[in-house]
Amino acid sequence: MIKVALRSLLGRKVRLAMSTFAIVLGVAFVAGTFMFTDTLNRSFTAIFASSVGDVVVTPAESQGGALSSLTIPASVVAELAEVPGAARADGNVTSVGTFVVDTDGKVVGGQGAPGLGISWNDAPAGNGLEGLRILEGEIPDGPDEVALDERAAERAGYEIGDEVSLVTSGARPSLRPTLVGIVGYGEGGLNGATLSVFDERTAQELFLGGQDAFNDVWVTAEEGVSQEELRDAVEQVVPESYVVQTGDEAADANASQLLQAISFITTFLLVFAGVALVVGSFLIVNTFSILVAQRARELALLRALGASRRQVTGSVLLESTILGLFGATVGLGLGVLLAYGIRAVFAGFGLDMSGTPMVIAPRTVIAAYVVGVVVTVVAAYLPARRSARIEPVQALRDDIAMPESSLRRRLLVGTGLIVVGGGAMAVGLVTDASQPAWWVGLGVLAVLLGTAAASPVLARPFLAVAAAAYRRSFGIVGVLAGQNARRNPRRTAATASALMIGLALVTTMAILGRSAGASVDAAIEENFSGDVVISNAVGTPFSPAVAQGLAEDPAVGVVSRVRFVPAQSDGRQRFVLGYDPATIGDVVRVEPLSGSLDDVAVDEVVISDDVAEDDGLAVGDEVTFTMPAGERTFTVAAIFERSAFLALPYAFAIEALVEAGYADEDNTVYLTAAEPGGQEALIEASRAGTADIPLISVKDQQEYAEEQRAPIDQLLTLIYGLLGLALVIAILGIVNTLALSVIERTREVGLLRAVGLGRGQLRRMIGLESVVIAVLGTLLGLALGIVFGLALLTALADEGLEAIVVPWGQLGGFVVAAVVVGVLAAFLPARRAARLDVLRAIATE
Amino acid sequence: MDPSAPVLPTDRAAAARIRDLTKTYGEGAARVVALDGVSVDLYAGEFTAVMGPSGSGKSTLMHCVAALDSAESGTIAIGDVALGGLKDKELTRLRRDTLGFVFQSFNLVPTLTAEENISLPLAIAGRKPDPQWYDTVIDAVGLRERLDHRPNQLSGGQQQRVAVARALVGRPTIVFADEPTGNLDSRSGAEVLALLRRSVDEFDQTVVMVTHDPVAASHCDRVLFLADGRLVAELREPTPERILETMTGFDARETGA
Repeated sequence: MIKVALRSLLGRKVRLAMSTFAIVLGVAFVAGTFMFTDTLNRSFTAIFASSVGDVVVTPAESQGGALSSLTIPASVVAELAEVPGAARADGNVTSVGTFVVDTDGKVVGGQGAPGLGISWNDAPAGNGLEGLRILEGEIPDGPDEVALDERAAERAGYEIGDEVSLVTSGARPSLRPTLVGIVGYGEGGLNGATLSVFDERTAQELFLGGQDAFNDVWVTAEEGVSQEELRDAVEQVVPESYVVQTGDEAADANASQLLQAISFITTFLLVFAGVALVVGSFLIVNTFSILVAQRARELALLRALGASRRQVTGSVLLESTILGLFGATVGLGLGVLLAYGIRAVFAGFGLDMSGTPMVIAPRTVIAAYVVGVVVTVVAAYLPARRSARIEPVQALRDDIAMPESSLRRRLLVGTGLIVVGGGAMAVGLVTDASQPAWWVGLGVLAVLLGTAAASPVLARPFLAVAAAAYRRSFGIVGVLAGQNARRNPRRTAATASALMIGLALVTTMAILGRSAGASVDAAIEENFSGDVVISNAVGTPFSPAVAQGLAEDPAVGVVSRVRFVPAQSDGRQRFVLGYDPATIGDVVRVEPLSGSLDDVAVDEVVISDDVAEDDGLAVGDEVTFTMPAGERTFTVAAIFERSAFLALPYAFAIEALVEAGYADEDNTVYLTAAEPGGQEALIEASRAGTADIPLISVKDQQEYAEEQRAPIDQLLTLIYGLLGLALVIAILGIVNTLALSVIERTREVGLLRAVGLGRGQLRRMIGLESVVIAVLGTLLGLALGIVFGLALLTALADEGLEAIVVPWGQLGGFVVAAVVVGVLAAFLPARRAARLDVLRAIATE
Repeated sequence: MDPSAPVLPTDRAAAARIRDLTKTYGEGAARVVALDGVSVDLYAGEFTAVMGPSGSGKSTLMHCVAALDSAESGTIAIGDVALGGLKDKELTRLRRDTLGFVFQSFNLVPTLTAEENISLPLAIAGRKPDPQWYDTVIDAVGLRERLDHRPNQLSGGQQQRVAVARALVGRPTIVFADEPTGNLDSRSGAEVLALLRRSVDEFDQTVVMVTHDPVAASHCDRVLFLADGRLVAELREPTPERILETMTGFDARETGA
């Protein structure tokens, strides 16, 4: 039987190659995702390992990676150096928000990678790893000297001796020191982050307002002293509010925080791998069904010659296993390329990992093969089982009908799945289930599979209408095409279903994206009364000197600042808002539900309506937060309705945040014109006031709305691109089905040609059948996509997605595209059919 | 027999003229001569049978004359049209408009009803059947009750009769039948043959049938015998006995030689 399976595989290379392609793509996605995230993990682990000392002392628990304005005085560093077991202690000044500006005036890596400004010391990193070292030139010394990391200097085009342009979020927004050295860490790259190194005193001047203090202290262990022993010794010396961690703990904490933040990338990519595999499995089911049907007589002969049912099923499953192994191998190879591709894309966003070699873990290889083989075998199982039901006697018959389960059962199973899936979606969307994304995701999957199962029945009316329309418009060619599409509703519907899945998701995303964009526009139009918005292009905070400078400009009316910082309350870490109570009303239209927003004191907090409801809070109640300076309690002064401008659960006066230990940095500044009609002058003044800080952008209302929509558009483009792969697989499915149908109907094609059907007519017949499949898949997909989209929007109405926009034009475009796709998909099969030798087609047994 | 001269000229016009037709398959040692300089006229309004043992070239001859296959040398003319040099499009049109086909099996498109199958060549050409003639044909094949049935709802004999109706309805110059009774029991076969006979007698249709069944061939006006790609004998007003006699005759010559 093994030989039979192998022979039959080799005899159908081209057909199988197409269904293998589906497996290859799915496996490539899985493997590529794993490789990329493993590489990402290793690169960050390497960074964090060489950026901690044996023991790290910080003034307080860092808040979600935000640097606090709390410091450790220099005297403590001296004390720590004397701790038993300590070889030395070194204070570090670290600041996020110091960027290198290249010779063309553009920020290096300004697309999201952090720009670090630090003080120089030669302390070794934990576990004796080499810490920061000078690769070239010398150590920076004095306020006019700086050292840069190798990549940053290279990318900015600076060489030693050049004057370097830097922007900081500190007291002096713009610096022009001389580059004296090139630095690097002992191991690994910086993943696109840039490093600007100053001498200790300069760093303290720039980032700590000149106090002789540090953001953290590294204590290096003496020979033979473990990190834990040293940590315990250090804890005896420092004040209780200080946090003391071993280097390993600190590195793990830093890394896990960051890796958690980027773990969505893995999930995101794996979801698409899953979509590709589900769509691909339709292709495999169809291919094997048709292959088995074609070989029915051969299989019946095997049965007649004494092969058991199990052997027949086994031979089909063996074929699928070999196919799966082959697909997984090719997919793994393609996955490597894909991982490099993803890495290149992320490098474009500033996450440059070229310093770390690609990691191919055994887990990746195993996952690729398991996914490839399991998906293929599972998909081939149904056709394989059906093949075993072929009776031996059928070997003797002329025409073999494959045993088929009744459509009634498929309808029941399909309806059941749709109901269950709808229920799961409802649980995820409406109730407070713990993992809503899983509920919704699995619900969507169940609905999609249910619709696919029921589609032969659901498609009936559509196919009848299509057949009637074809009869009317295309004469006998139309009749033939319409009947061909109907003769095997399972096959037509399964092929269409693959397309349906991709399109349902695309449609859902189109509706969500459009609605989100419309919501942003509406929110800005309704709520924003300022004239100009100044913010950092990448969201990093900037120096308060910007707002101060603008306040003095005569063209500027009101200056209102906003900042976002992380804080903890009730054990939950959340971002909170800081604003100028006196001026907020001038730039944002906001009516508090109770209390007042414009006279909030430093010991008061304003909260959003949903928080008030969830936590049962009213004006006058008290809420406690953990902030850099420790626990602080605030009194609720007002309750506001959440909007695009007050999108966070808690808001404080800016002074309150400064007192609570947060760095004095702004995220956004809103301005109004000094006089009506003075917008142009205002924009000019704003541009002039921020000209030497390239990271900052000045926007009017419309530009601001565009900027707010941009991430939605970018995300949509990315998702469309990834779903495009699923659509390509689905289109290949149509090609495959048509090609196999043509082969299956060779004699019929020959007969039609013999009685006078021209090649052109034959091609048109196959093209029309293809269009039916494509349009069926598209309509099913659109219907489901609209349902999904509206369901999600209804459920998300509370989250600020108030506008519901169904982009009918775009959806109509999908239908037109489906017709084009149908015509294109038919091209090769039709050409093949038209080229059939009439005589041989008739003679084929 | 002189192969370059037409065999037994009659007063009838030739529906197809075949001259010096040669076709080989394969190369070298595997080379097989399927047709070796065949010249013959097929007369209009006659029912002609082509007989011969397997490999004698009878099917190849029919396929070439029916514009399904091309010969290496020699000429074929259907009516006034020479087949040589026609492109695929013209050959397709010729098959559609001037030829009718009945194959041994798989004659009908399974997705179409009997009626749709019958009018298929006309529909492909975008023409409507002449209603009077259509009715005549339907009555002749006797399937008026079953016109809306699909092929799989018809018996083998009925399917072949539908195929004959399809071949007749376009009033082709020649109807080609390739072993039309090969898959049928003798009674259904006889019905199909009677139908073909009637089309010749009543409608003056020209029919050429390939068969290896002497009884089937005995329904014809004329029987051509092929062996090794050559025309070796011909009978007029054949009976099964005379056909068998002739066949045994040249079989003996073949094996005795």
